[in-house]
Amino acid sequence: MHGGTRAGPAGQGGVQNTSHAGEGMNYTIREEGGYAVLELTGEVDLSCSPDARKQILQCLDGNRNLLVDMTRVTYIDSSGVASLVEGYQTAKKKGLKFGLVGVSGAAMSVLQLARLDKVFPIHQNVQERLKADG
Amino acid sequence: MKAEKLLEARFPAKPERLCLVRSLVKSAATNSGCSGELCEKLVIALNEACMNVIQHAYKGDESGEIVLEILNNGSELLFRLKDHAAPIDLDSVKPRNLDEIRPGGLGVHFIREIMDECRMGHLEKGTGNFLEMTKRID
Repeated sequence: MHGGTRAGPAGQGGVQNTSHAGEGMNYTIREEGGYAVLELTGEVDLSCSPDARKQILQCLDGNRNLLVDMTRVTYIDSSGVASLVEGYQTAKKKGLKFGLVGVSGAAMSVLQLARLDKVFPIHQNVQERLKADG
Repeated sequence: MKAEKLLEARFPAKPERLCLVRSLVKSAATNSGCSGELCEKLVIALNEACMNVIQHAYKGDESGEIVLEILNNGSELLFRLKDHAAPIDLDSVKPRNLDEIRPGGLGVHFIREIMDECRMGHLEKGTGNFLEMTKRID
């Protein structure tokens, strides 16, 4: 999928920001249950992972708890995974909550290869994460 | 059995070309009878290998060229990557300890985990680097 804009799924608070990134990735940011939810769509590879990283770090710089919704990620490479790791570590340092939701099969294969599937907090969707938070 | 060359592709060392690499590898693997899961893994390995060339051999110089060949000898797929960057320090290319949670350094681990054999070296007269990877498909 090429850049451009599209409306993301309406969460509580609705879509806050909708935009595009590199060759094959789009993203939206919305607020839901006290989290910024960054939904990535398409292929997160070296051509667009710097933009994914920027969005992740911007959310955390604004002291927002962050969930990365990976339901529609059709491919992620090690540069995309590195952005997630950086987000996870930054959130930890700042005392913010961070997690992944709806990780697609393609993305999960890569996280498993990196042995990060047991490191990141992963939930099926935002609601499951909110339940787990209590 | 003589290996059949499935494809030879030359492309610039640009991140935007990785999508094309993934598509070519998937096609060659599918046509060689690989399962969907194996195709997916081979795509991951070749994407990482090309990324390493872009980032560490050419160091972001997008005028560099990458040559990809894929051969099938009936029981294995052979992937050959060549670049014309300055010879890299071969000792620096090794997987890292995954217990250390930090960004980066996963590409070599992915390649070694997925492929059966990997061999890398310098081209003659210091004209570049090569990486050969094989994967059994029988």
